[in-house]
Amino acid sequence: MTGTPELWIVIIALGIGSFGLRFAFLGLVGDRALPDWLLRHLRYTAVAILPALVTPLVVWPTATEGETDPIRLTAALVTLAVGYLTKNVFLAMGLGATVLIGASALF
Amino acid sequence: MAGDSVMSSYWRGLRDGLPFLIVVGPFGMLFGVLATEAGLAIHETLAFSVVVIAGAAQFTALQLLTENAPTLVVIASALAVNMRMAMYSASITPHLGGLPLWKRGIAAYFLVDQTYAASILDYEKNPDQTIHQKFAYFLGVMTPICPPWYVVTLLGAWLGESIPPSLGLDFALPIAFIAMIGPLLRTPAHRIAALTAAVLALCFAWVPYNLGLIIAGLGGMIAGAQTEVRLGIKP
Repeated sequence: MTGTPELWIVIIALGIGSFGLRFAFLGLVGDRALPDWLLRHLRYTAVAILPALVTPLVVWPTATEGETDPIRLTAALVTLAVGYLTKNVFLAMGLGATVLIGASALF
Repeated sequence: MAGDSVMSSYWRGLRDGLPFLIVVGPFGMLFGVLATEAGLAIHETLAFSVVVIAGAAQFTALQLLTENAPTLVVIASALAVNMRMAMYSASITPHLGGLPLWKRGIAAYFLVDQTYAASILDYEKNPDQTIHQKFAYFLGVMTPICPPWYVVTLLGAWLGESIPPSLGLDFALPIAFIAMIGPLLRTPAHRIAALTAAVLALCFAWVPYNLGLIIAGLGGMIAGAQTEVRLGIKP
């Protein structure tokens, strides 16, 4: 992937796009209000797109060529449960990784 | 003196931003490691953090690049993850909207989760500040968050170059994402949005060009918005 024009297109487009999102109101719109229906949908973009991205990776991992792997599945569920219950991202990552590494070493 | 109070706003912001180093440090480091593991050169990894300056969106783009997703899907998905920045922009405009354009440009570039959260809290707690004090506070919060983001990315990239690719980091990115999802599931609407998106992503995994991701994301957003209306949830 390194050195490809595609990578630079992605970096630059994301740079412009992210700045555009941040500048949209502050720079251009002023303090006029957005329509409620739009705000209501925007509130759920991150919480929708991240699970959509990650669920297929958990159920059909790349490393096992798409075969469901009980160890990875367990690590994922532990990470989710810890993140949800403690709201602590790093504790969740740490325990998830521990389960993954620990179980891989055991079995 | 007005100058004094502007400086004291800056220092107050810096102090309030400092705890976020604990979050930004490991996160940027992880991005650096995973990006080099995925095959990016050090300068490419650093460029990512400087140009895009948004953690979750950078991770999203990285994951899709390793899946060889089409460029447009990579960009659309990562921007979707960043959509909340537009809400931050809207919400902070009543406070900083009166600044000259170039200062608004600076504020926009540095408007990330942590700078937004700390600043809006302070503006609401101390409503009597002048716009210059508010801007100084914002720059103060930004100081221990954004420049360190570049530095730890670079450290991570160096570290990543020395880690052999066989170390089983393939699942580190999914684990990182899942850990980020947990705290987002604040209300029933958020939980239903996430669940719907996850189920749709599995159902539409067969759609070419990774477009299943976009379908699932939109489906999740609609489900979340509908739940909010039906249950009368205050966001």
